Amino acid sequence: MDKVRVLVGTRKGAFILTSDAARERWQVSGPHFAGWEMYHVKGSPVDPDRIYASQTSGWFGQVLQCSTDGGQTWFQPGASPDEKSAFPPTTASNRFVYDTSETSGKPLTTHQWYDGTQHPWEFKRVWHLEPSPGDVNTVYAGVEDAALFRSTDGGVSWHELAGLRGHGTGPQWQPGAGGMCLHTIIIDPTNPERIYIAISAAGAFRTDDGGQNWKPINKGLVSNFMPNPTGEVGHCVHHIALHPSRPDVLFMQKHWDVMRSDNAGDQWTEVSGNLPTDFGFVIDVHAHEPETLYVVPIKSDSEHFPLDGQLKVYRSRSGGNEWEPLTKGLPQQNCYVNVLRDAMAVDRLDDCGIYFGTTGGQVYVSSNSGDSWRPIVENLPAVLSVEVQTIS
Amino acid sequence: MIRVQIPYHLRTLARVEGEVTLEVPAPVTVRSVLDAMEAHYPMLQGTIRDHVTRERRPFLRFFACGEDLSHDSPDAPLPDAIADGREPLLIVGAIAGG
Repeated sequence: MDKVRVLVGTRKGAFILTSDAARERWQVSGPHFAGWEMYHVKGSPVDPDRIYASQTSGWFGQVLQCSTDGGQTWFQPGASPDEKSAFPPTTASNRFVYDTSETSGKPLTTHQWYDGTQHPWEFKRVWHLEPSPGDVNTVYAGVEDAALFRSTDGGVSWHELAGLRGHGTGPQWQPGAGGMCLHTIIIDPTNPERIYIAISAAGAFRTDDGGQNWKPINKGLVSNFMPNPTGEVGHCVHHIALHPSRPDVLFMQKHWDVMRSDNAGDQWTEVSGNLPTDFGFVIDVHAHEPETLYVVPIKSDSEHFPLDGQLKVYRSRSGGNEWEPLTKGLPQQNCYVNVLRDAMAVDRLDDCGIYFGTTGGQVYVSSNSGDSWRPIVENLPAVLSVEVQTIS
Repeated sequence: MIRVQIPYHLRTLARVEGEVTLEVPAPVTVRSVLDAMEAHYPMLQGTIRDHVTRERRPFLRFFACGEDLSHDSPDAPLPDAIADGREPLLIVGAIAGG
């Protein structure tokens, strides 16, 4: 019997929501790591019971957590799962140190600061964890200040893929309002040597050799806040999505504008079409229909809530340009929540489920491709991320 | 034994209740106490001071015997009352956030 497991990261802990394939009755587990900011929680495609979690705090910094039993129990990588109640575990799994060596990269020490001056790279937190589709012990971490790290030992130790920061445009990268974060990591399911990443506010980048060399893939993006609106870097990309069956087709929610690329990011075209506003954070693709997209339009970069207090998901069945509002079951008055960039996901059941979480603490599910919605939970802390596992 | 009081979230992380007690070789300083604590509780590495710079994290402060030692040299000797265990070293989180 299939079931789904929804992994929710919030400002004050992580929650795990589970249901059978009907997705009508849910069990809620949590808060895990109560009181900590849980930026992202994601399971391994190789072993769905292996889950990695990013636990952070303004006071205490970064902590990495891991589960080998589907989130029932957790340990810091480096501590044996079999001795998780023993103490002390021997770990420094939160050690994210930028690579400044001359041999493994072209070390950069500064990026652009808000006032245009150069500022040192300073590690703050892990925004996104992307477990490898091929190896349960390999996981990638997108961090703030923007860089990509990889662990091949289950999160015990981390090493920067320095070629990203070192490819040359690093000194032009600058933080968005939320910080200079690497928030999107997509590994091509047909070619693990190809990885896409996105940074606010630098743009999208691609490697075709497993992370050694990178190039910006921002042609076609237009960002009017930039001195050069079509610059090679500097774009505030909010999120990118890809359908596994068509790994060269990318969909992007930019600060403003919804975009698509049909050639692995080499060129982008705008597909905002009839959206009432093309500002937003999330974007995702239907599990079985690679041209069916979902976004949640947000009023503007000054007012981070839905238009007119009405929460609407917009769906395009044509790969963009033509969008329809989906409102059934969603609040249509006095709703002023936001939906953050990593807070939408889809399951892979025959009737594809769509999920998203809000800063108001609701996690909504549609078990019919978006036609109707209902809340799974309504009063969690502000939701930072939502991931879904479909488990047979 | 040196006594150290750490914030709730770090006690949870280290799986301890109440004060942490440590054997710390002389001289007893903030640095030597933190070195001993991180050796015994590796999960606290990076949570009190930065992995690389070894600087105190900005939202934490160190108090001992009613004095704020946060801006003192980490190599300054701690008061005798800390060194002989009569008083705890306090690691305190800023009152901030929501």
